[in-house]
Amino acid sequence: MLTLPEFELLRPRTLSEAVSLLGSGDAMILAGGTDLLPNLKHGLHAPARLVSLRGVPELRQARETPEGGWFLGAGLTLTEVAEHPGVRARYPALAHAASLAAGPQLRNMGTLGGNLCLDTRCMYVNQTRFWRNALGYCLKKDGTVCHVVPAGSRCVAAYSADSPGPILAYGGEVHLVSARGTRNLPADVFFRPDGARNTVREPDEILTGVTLPPPAAGLRSAYQKLRLRQAVDFPLLSVAVATAVEDGCVGAMTVVVGGIGSRPRVVKRLESVHGRALDAGTTDTVARLAYEQCHPLPTVAVDPAWRREVLPVLVRRALGALVPSV
Amino acid sequence: MSRKRAAHNVVGRRLGKINSPDAVTGRTRYADDLTFPGMLHAKLVRSPHAHARIRGIDTERALALEGVHAIITGRDMPVRYGILPWTHDEYPLALTKALFVGDAVACVAAVDEATAQRAAELVEVDYEVLPAVLDPEAALAPEAVKVNERAKHGNVTKHVHLEFGDVERLLAGSAAVVEGTYDFHGTTHAAIEPHCAIGIWEPLGVLTVISATQVPHYLHRELARVLELPVDRVRVVQPPVGGAFGGKSEPFDLEFCVAKLAMVTGRPVKLLYTREEVFYAHRGRHPMHMHYRLGADAEGRLTACDARTLIDGGAYASFGLVTSYYSGQLVAAPLRLDAYRFDSTRVYTNKPACGPKRGHGSVQPRFAFEVTVDKLAERLDLDPLELRRRNLIQPGERTVNELLIRSIGFAECLDRVEAASGWKEKFRKLPFGRGVGVAGSFYITGTNYPIYPNDMPQSAVQLKLDRSGRVTVFSGVSEIGQGAESMLATVIGEELGAEPEAIRVVTGDTDLTPVDLGAYSSRVTLMAGNACLMAAREVAAKLRKAVARRWECTPRQVALLGGHAVLKRDTGTRVPLAQAIAWAEADFGTLGSVGHYNTPKDVHGDYRGGTIGASPAYSFTAHVAEVAVDVETGWVQVERIWVAHDAGKALNPVVVEGQMEGSAYMGFGEAIFEEHAFLESGLHAGPSLLDYRIPTSLDTPELVSLIVESSDPEGPYGAKEAGEGPLHPSIPAIANAIHDAVGIRLDTLPFTPAKVLAALRAPAPAEASRVEAR
Repeated sequence: MLTLPEFELLRPRTLSEAVSLLGSGDAMILAGGTDLLPNLKHGLHAPARLVSLRGVPELRQARETPEGGWFLGAGLTLTEVAEHPGVRARYPALAHAASLAAGPQLRNMGTLGGNLCLDTRCMYVNQTRFWRNALGYCLKKDGTVCHVVPAGSRCVAAYSADSPGPILAYGGEVHLVSARGTRNLPADVFFRPDGARNTVREPDEILTGVTLPPPAAGLRSAYQKLRLRQAVDFPLLSVAVATAVEDGCVGAMTVVVGGIGSRPRVVKRLESVHGRALDAGTTDTVARLAYEQCHPLPTVAVDPAWRREVLPVLVRRALGALVPSV
Repeated sequence: MSRKRAAHNVVGRRLGKINSPDAVTGRTRYADDLTFPGMLHAKLVRSPHAHARIRGIDTERALALEGVHAIITGRDMPVRYGILPWTHDEYPLALTKALFVGDAVACVAAVDEATAQRAAELVEVDYEVLPAVLDPEAALAPEAVKVNERAKHGNVTKHVHLEFGDVERLLAGSAAVVEGTYDFHGTTHAAIEPHCAIGIWEPLGVLTVISATQVPHYLHRELARVLELPVDRVRVVQPPVGGAFGGKSEPFDLEFCVAKLAMVTGRPVKLLYTREEVFYAHRGRHPMHMHYRLGADAEGRLTACDARTLIDGGAYASFGLVTSYYSGQLVAAPLRLDAYRFDSTRVYTNKPACGPKRGHGSVQPRFAFEVTVDKLAERLDLDPLELRRRNLIQPGERTVNELLIRSIGFAECLDRVEAASGWKEKFRKLPFGRGVGVAGSFYITGTNYPIYPNDMPQSAVQLKLDRSGRVTVFSGVSEIGQGAESMLATVIGEELGAEPEAIRVVTGDTDLTPVDLGAYSSRVTLMAGNACLMAAREVAAKLRKAVARRWECTPRQVALLGGHAVLKRDTGTRVPLAQAIAWAEADFGTLGSVGHYNTPKDVHGDYRGGTIGASPAYSFTAHVAEVAVDVETGWVQVERIWVAHDAGKALNPVVVEGQMEGSAYMGFGEAIFEEHAFLESGLHAGPSLLDYRIPTSLDTPELVSLIVESSDPEGPYGAKEAGEGPLHPSIPAIANAIHDAVGIRLDTLPFTPAKVLAALRAPAPAEASRVEAR
């Protein structure tokens, strides 16, 4: 079988200990390991040390904030997020998205923080060293050419996590800590449009959790995921939507499309539907805006033209799920 | 008939497999679970080029690494091999040329896997990169670069052209002729257990190779030949195999390498493929480009079929000679044809070699043929089920290519799927987006002739009984999860009146067991089952005789039932089987018997190639698939498949149903999900179980198994195969159901949502639903 490279495994018991170990250099964070360990086996990283966060209790909290929102610790497993009563009641799209990630065993290991920090993926990079050598390597790792966009100079590997779309749609905030202090960032600002490094997290920073704001009155949300198999597969495309729906009319709406670029894409120009009735016309407008703004790339061996054609369908289905049909 | 059935002790009962408790509790020890003192680990060095001349291999840096014991290259084993004696066209390690990305060129043995891996990356191979041929059409071009030097003409592995009857005359006189072109993509087996082998060289000169193989006997022969050892100095041990599906039915590089490295180092050497390497070893289902013409008269009776097939073989021949024949020979039933011609050409390309996968050679043409039949029924405005009924071959009849069909339960298969699926209420009657489709097929129950010509038995067993009451059967069959060991225990148990779990089964060791040719071509139940019958009946007669002497009755009055010897008509008179065995041991001395089976020699066609496709018995299958097509996304949801299979006699219905479900599942996966695809450079597009999508349980349709029992005169208790036949109709039944649902014909596999959506949006969808002669 594929072998792991050698590394030293460090197991801090507190967050401050974890921060100082991570700051000592040439170390990476090990949370659930469901993304990192295959990537290590593929030779995508070779850190001298792994800092395991499993024994850090601070990261396993889930609590209501004084404002009526929720703080979710980065160390919660995706299963815990999916099954958490508070998340299910207030942020159902997040619970749904977490429940659709990978398969049951991986959700039992994979964490919310790990999902947010999931490395971007591409059919030309998530391969063994033998395979990547046979290809001639690529922009993201060990090479100079992008095989997806041969003329491109920026990596376009796709961010393929399920939970970030809803977190962005809800207007969530992420928390980072390092020896230099803490940073609290809107989730939208956390991400960068670069497949080689798609978040602003510094190598010595630990993502400690996410805070979701209190749901606005009448808040509705939904998540739709496109994949070929009903388990295991990363999203080929995902749509998260959140908006208040009052008297049949939508409020400010956020639609986040995932799986097509190096960061979640927030659909623009949705102001035009603000206040409009949640009907077929509004749904078609939102679907058309998403279609116009999103262009899937062949980072996976599934026809990008088809993925684009299906995007408006996903948007319509997500909006259709906002209000229970009568 | 019913009285005879009631007399069975074990046969026909719904029982678990004897080894299931170990398998489901994790106790089964597969090849990789075995370890030996001082054992080394090996890694293969593989070519990163699709086609390259090997100018030299420098192992100096790799050998200098601490912990490295030995490195071998093609020069250490310069003997060509191949599963078929007529096509020895590969070396254990490439000698002069690497023929695909992943072709093995060297092998390292080191103290552990990580060291072996590091060393493998330090082996420096000097390649001269050559142009690669990836497309089978391009491989046929006169100017195409030669892929495999053993090809006699260009890049052709094998060309078969056979004609039975006057095809053109009958087609010209047909009321309707449908013509179509079909493309079968490549698929692979994706067995959960990767290939693994361990070589052990003993000081007195005996080589043992433990391997996850389904053909210990053929491996035994090839190891001796390639390593230039006397055959009697080689032992092959086959532990339980974690799935094979044809992907472990020939020798592979790793088996030769662990053997040679064990001989060089004097230490046991293990090699376990990575998942990626399993995709390079491949030998999966061949991509085929197929052109079919099929005619019928006005009443829907088939007249003639003309098939032309181009087969993409990959870099080596594997079983390709047989594949080339099967691609034509195995569509000649269950529907009668008056004339038939096929022309099949298998070519070499610079890709992993294709070979046999469950339903070897005939799943691809079955797709083309059954969809063509569906189009023909539409053209004639006939129910496709009814069209099939009008063309049934009868028991005792020979097919147009002269295969003798002794038993055929296909009519009942059609009846069963029609009734169970509610066909009459559904076909052409469901709302747009939902549909049903039907398809049928037949398959061999073992090949009539072994892969190397000889007159010896194809299967043999030995039985040993002693005063402890223990009955042990020694057989060379391979347990690959299909229930071969249970089958042996069922037959022995039936004849000796014992429960299957009371029978000890010893298989998969060429030192301990008589020769059996292996677990391929669905041969085990009929052939090894018959060998068991012969051995068990001989020894059962001795038991009855010994008991009869003590009870002062005739042996015919003694029955072996429920773990006892019983006096017929007075079942109160009984002794435990162990007592009967002890009495027999006293009367006859040490108890044992042998049984063997060889095939009848009068069931094949009298023409060159007529033996290929011939079998002692043929199984038959019909499927009805029901699908729902999402017209917005193109997604095809296969909701249910009704599978009716004529297994002759289900020795254990649970196991037969398992095979039917597993087969239908595998075909479904190939129809909707799986694709063995390559980049333009010849690199595999996604050699992992993340990118090569075998369906999960959530994706799998409900599978309804309907067993049909036609009782074949050649099979043990009438049994025929059930492991491969039930796969064949999966793909065309789904294709035909998609047509019923939304009116499109998808003649290119797999049926991805992108293809479905494109076809739905194609300019004149009404045109697409009509059959057009092209």
